[in-house]
Amino acid sequence: MDITDLRSIATVAALVTFVGIWVWAWSGRHKKDFDEAARLPLEGDE
Amino acid sequence: MSNTNVETFYDDYVIRRFTVMAVVWGVVGMLMGVIIAAQLAFPELNLGLPWTSFGRLRPLHTNAVIFAFGGCALFATSYYVVQRTSQTKLAFPLLARYTFWGYQAVIVAAAITLPLGYTQAKEYAELEWPIDLLLLVVWVMYAIVFFGTIAQRKIKHIYVANWFYGAFIIVVALLHIVNSAAIPAEWMKSYSAYAGVQDAMVQWWYGHNAVGFFLTAGFLGMMYYFVPKQAERPVYSYRLSIVHFWGLIFTYMWAGSHHLHYTALPDWTQSVGMVLSLILLAPSWGGMINGMMTMSGAWHKLRDDPILRFMIVSLSFYGMSTFEGPMMAIKTVNALSHYTDWTVGHVHSGALGWVGFISMGSLYFLTPRLWGLKQMYSKKAIELHFWLATIGVVLYITAMWISGVTAGLMWRAINDDGTLTYTFVESVKAMHPFYVIRMIGGLMYVTGMIIMLWNVLKTVQMGQATRARIPSTVVHA
Repeated sequence: MDITDLRSIATVAALVTFVGIWVWAWSGRHKKDFDEAARLPLEGDE
Repeated sequence: MSNTNVETFYDDYVIRRFTVMAVVWGVVGMLMGVIIAAQLAFPELNLGLPWTSFGRLRPLHTNAVIFAFGGCALFATSYYVVQRTSQTKLAFPLLARYTFWGYQAVIVAAAITLPLGYTQAKEYAELEWPIDLLLLVVWVMYAIVFFGTIAQRKIKHIYVANWFYGAFIIVVALLHIVNSAAIPAEWMKSYSAYAGVQDAMVQWWYGHNAVGFFLTAGFLGMMYYFVPKQAERPVYSYRLSIVHFWGLIFTYMWAGSHHLHYTALPDWTQSVGMVLSLILLAPSWGGMINGMMTMSGAWHKLRDDPILRFMIVSLSFYGMSTFEGPMMAIKTVNALSHYTDWTVGHVHSGALGWVGFISMGSLYFLTPRLWGLKQMYSKKAIELHFWLATIGVVLYITAMWISGVTAGLMWRAINDDGTLTYTFVESVKAMHPFYVIRMIGGLMYVTGMIIMLWNVLKTVQMGQATRARIPSTVVHA
C-alpha cells in the first residue's frame, strides 16, 4: 500500500463521514433537541 | 432575577472596546481603500514617494479592512455570542483583555511597517516575522478564552454559531502558522520556508481558506446569532445549519488551487480546486437560504428595521458571491476573468456586501445593548448608512464587472494574422472611467461608515457601560 492508497482511503472516509453527519442530522430523532438548540440565542439574556 | 450563582454577570468589558475599534478601523481601512482607488484612477496621487505608493498602501488597505475591521468585529461578537449561548461569563477575563491590547498592537505594527516597505510579499500575509509571532501569541490566547468559555458552559448543547467561530479560530491558527513559516534573515526580513510552485500552492491554500474561515466561517457565526436575534425568531432549520457547517469544513480546504489556474501547478491539482469550488456552491447556498428563511413570517419587519435590512442584504451578497466564486473557478471562465478587475469586483461583493453588511448589522445590534440602551442614538443615521452602503457596493461591483470583462476580452482579441488586436495600454484606457466610478462607490461606502462611527460614539456617550445579568440557569436536554 503506497501513499496514494492512503490518500484515496482518507478521501472516501471523509465523504462517508460527511454523508453520515447528514443522515444523522436529518433523522427525525433529534428534532426536539434541535428545536431547543435553535432557541438558544433567544434565551441568553433577560 | 435572584441567583445564588457567583457568576451573575456577563463580562463585556473587552467586547465594548473591540466594538468601538472595529468601527474606527473600518473607517481607516475603507478610507485607505478609497485612496488607492483614487490612485488607480489618478496616478499622480502616488505623490512620487515610496511610502505613499500604491504598492505599499494596498496591503495596508487589505490588512486594515480584513484583520483590523473584520477581526475586531469577530473578537467582539464571538466573545458576546459565546457567553450568551453558553450562559456563562468569559473564561480568563484578564487573558481576554490581553487579546484586545495584543491585537491592537499587531494592527498598529502593520500600519507602521507596511508603508515602510517591510513585507513577506505574500498576499494577505504580508506582515514580517516578529509581528507574525506576536499575532500567534494573541491568537493562542484568543483560543484559550473562547474554548475555555465553551468548556465552562451552563448549557449542554454548543450552539451552531460557536461551531463556526470555533472553526474560524482553529483554522486561522493553522493557516497562519503554515503559510507564515519563514527563515528570518535579520530583524524584519525573512524568506519563505517553501520554494517555487509549492510556495504558491501554500500561499493560495492560505489565501482561499482565509476567505473561507476568516471571512466566511467567522461571519457565519455572526449570522447564526444576530439574524435570529434581530428577527426575534429561531433559525429556519437547525439541521440545515449543521450540514452547512460540515459541508463548508469538508470542502473549503481543497479549493485554493483555483487561484493558480494555468500556472506551473500540476493540471490535476487545478482541476481538483475547480471541482471542489463548484461543490462549495451547495453548502454556501444552503446557509444563505437558512438565513433568509429565518425571516419567513417576519418579512414586514424589513420595512422599518434598517438593522435587519443590513443583515438580509448581507445574505443576498453572500449568496451572490458564493455563486460567482464557483463560476469563476471554472477554468474556461477563469481564463477570461483572471488578472482582470472582475476578480476585484468579486472580492468586494463578498467583502463589502457580505462581510461588511453582516458586521455593521451585528455591531448596530450590539452597541446599544453594551451601553445599557434599547437602540442606537439615531435610527435615521442607520437608514442613511444603509442606502449609502448599498448604492456604493452596487456601483463598485458593476464598475469592476464591466471593466474586468472588457479588459479580459481585449487581451484575448486576436487579428486574422495572429497578432494582438489591442495593446495593453488601450485596455488600461478602456478601464479608466470604471476606476472613477469605483472610487465614487467606495467613497459612498466609507461615508456610510463615518456616519456609523458618529452614531456609535453618540450612543456610547448617551449610554452607560452596564453589567448584563446571566439568566438563572435553565436546564436543557
